[in-house]
Amino acid sequence: MIKQVRFLGSPKPGEGRRWVIAGPFLWFLIFFLVPFVVVAKISLSTAAVSIPPYVPLISWNNDATMNIALHFGNYHFLLTDPEYVIAYLSSLRNAAVTALVTLLIGYPVAYGIATTRANLRGPLLMLVIMPFWTSFLIRVYAWIGILKPNGLINNFLMSTGLINHPLDILNNQFAVYVGMVYAYLPFMVLPLYSCLEKMDHSLLEAASDLGARPLRAFVSITLPLSIPGIVAGSLLVFIPAVGEYIIPTLLGGADTLTIGTVLWNEFFGNRDWPVASTVAVALIILLVGPLMLLQHFQSKDEPS
Amino acid sequence: MIAALTRSRLFLRVMMGLAMVFLYAPILSIIVYSFNESQLVTVWSRFSTKWYAALLHDEQVLHAAKISLEVAVLSASGSLVVGTLSGYILSRFKRFRGRMLFSGMVMAPLVMPEIIMGISLLLLFVGMEQMFGWPQRDVQTIVIAHITFSTAFVAVVVQSRLAGIDVSLEEAAMDLGARPGEVFFLITLPLMVPALLSGWLLAFSLSLDDLVITAFVSGPGSTTLPLVIFSKVRLGLNPEINALATVIILAVGLVSGLGALKTMFKMVNSKKEDIPEDQEKCVSPA
Repeated sequence: MIKQVRFLGSPKPGEGRRWVIAGPFLWFLIFFLVPFVVVAKISLSTAAVSIPPYVPLISWNNDATMNIALHFGNYHFLLTDPEYVIAYLSSLRNAAVTALVTLLIGYPVAYGIATTRANLRGPLLMLVIMPFWTSFLIRVYAWIGILKPNGLINNFLMSTGLINHPLDILNNQFAVYVGMVYAYLPFMVLPLYSCLEKMDHSLLEAASDLGARPLRAFVSITLPLSIPGIVAGSLLVFIPAVGEYIIPTLLGGADTLTIGTVLWNEFFGNRDWPVASTVAVALIILLVGPLMLLQHFQSKDEPS
Repeated sequence: MIAALTRSRLFLRVMMGLAMVFLYAPILSIIVYSFNESQLVTVWSRFSTKWYAALLHDEQVLHAAKISLEVAVLSASGSLVVGTLSGYILSRFKRFRGRMLFSGMVMAPLVMPEIIMGISLLLLFVGMEQMFGWPQRDVQTIVIAHITFSTAFVAVVVQSRLAGIDVSLEEAAMDLGARPGEVFFLITLPLMVPALLSGWLLAFSLSLDDLVITAFVSGPGSTTLPLVIFSKVRLGLNPEINALATVIILAVGLVSGLGALKTMFKMVNSKKEDIPEDQEKCVSPA
């Protein structure tokens, strides 16, 4: 439908276009793609007491010979040290649980918004997105006040006499789940909504005319039609959640190990940049699959 | 049948209500307790604005706020330029070599864990500094990093706006002899103004909020507000932080949020409402 915009003014068609593309392309090449190569390179180094704190991979001898030393020890270390294995597994579990719970909460919310009166949809959706605009750090911090031993929930439950001792709901795995579901819920609702909103509701009417009960119609029509939204939402939650750092640090306990906290501690605490890079490379490898899947679904969603 | 329908409707209403409480209760609790006189953050004593007064005398916070605002303005403006170009390229140039790679690079920061972008950008900056003596780690490295991750958001907003602008308008201008640059600046850009505004505001608030990437790429003299908040928050609750948080919530959440949200939900609804409305608008002057 859309023909390519032709540049009548430029001497060769597409000549000006190339320059327009070159700018942003170079920016992302230098500041997005090349950094990954640098991380991969430094993951093959070892830590040293110097500035920057790692041994350069390439060194020159006096007789003009070049030495390239690649250490694969970091990767071996990563695969055999139980601490790292646990961190990876628990990060994957956190992200998976978060995606699942946000789906269970987000689906009815998105469905409710998509099926409400047309003039209410905009404002309701706005209410869901709005928290995304206020500081992430502050919203996570708010949960400390709510969950801590003399926090809002415990104070309320104690005052009603339901419990005698404050519940232990901060600085543990439960608090991490609460914080992550809270922070990532809008990312699930948005793609689900845009998928459900586009759905043809006459299909549901047809199903009910043919005698299908609402639940049956939902399971056999709405649910299958919303699978692209479910996949997109789950990936939008899962991918960033695997590397989450702020939530496990503020709401988790001493035993909360995630990739994010491990990487941070190696980098800032131990100043072991090579090991931190190795942790990052392993995380990137882990996320390549989900990222490709997301790109696939998004390019399919594009018109034309 | 009808009873079942209303029952499912009721279920959806209850879920929506609970979700709203879930989303807003924490924010409200912060605002309410920022006016609490007691040092014990969650035990209400009486109304007071003393934590706001304390905030005004906290040099560390004020200095960090200044740096944060400077970074946010610079990086929002930078990502507006890069993001507008990227959104335009993705929306109008349907085929060119490396399009898949380009769209992947532009959009990946939307989901890429911040910790990965932080460490990789820092290592790049350190490597560049060794090789070329540039850049020093200060405001400029933070700005570059922020532009890189917030461009994606601007590009998304711009792209969805462009999807609602009829290409025939640009084609008509070109048929009448306008050069591509003229078409872009005289036709396309003016039509994109609302999207540009909300893109800038979105990039601004993302920059103001970023902690993880900034922690990696900032230097000793460039501590931003989130870094100060985080170092205080790690030590536990702090009533002064509640006051600061309230200020940030009101400033960012309301001022930039409301303006840009309008386009955000338009974007989701774009297929339905935006196009006919634009066509109507666009056809009449021509």
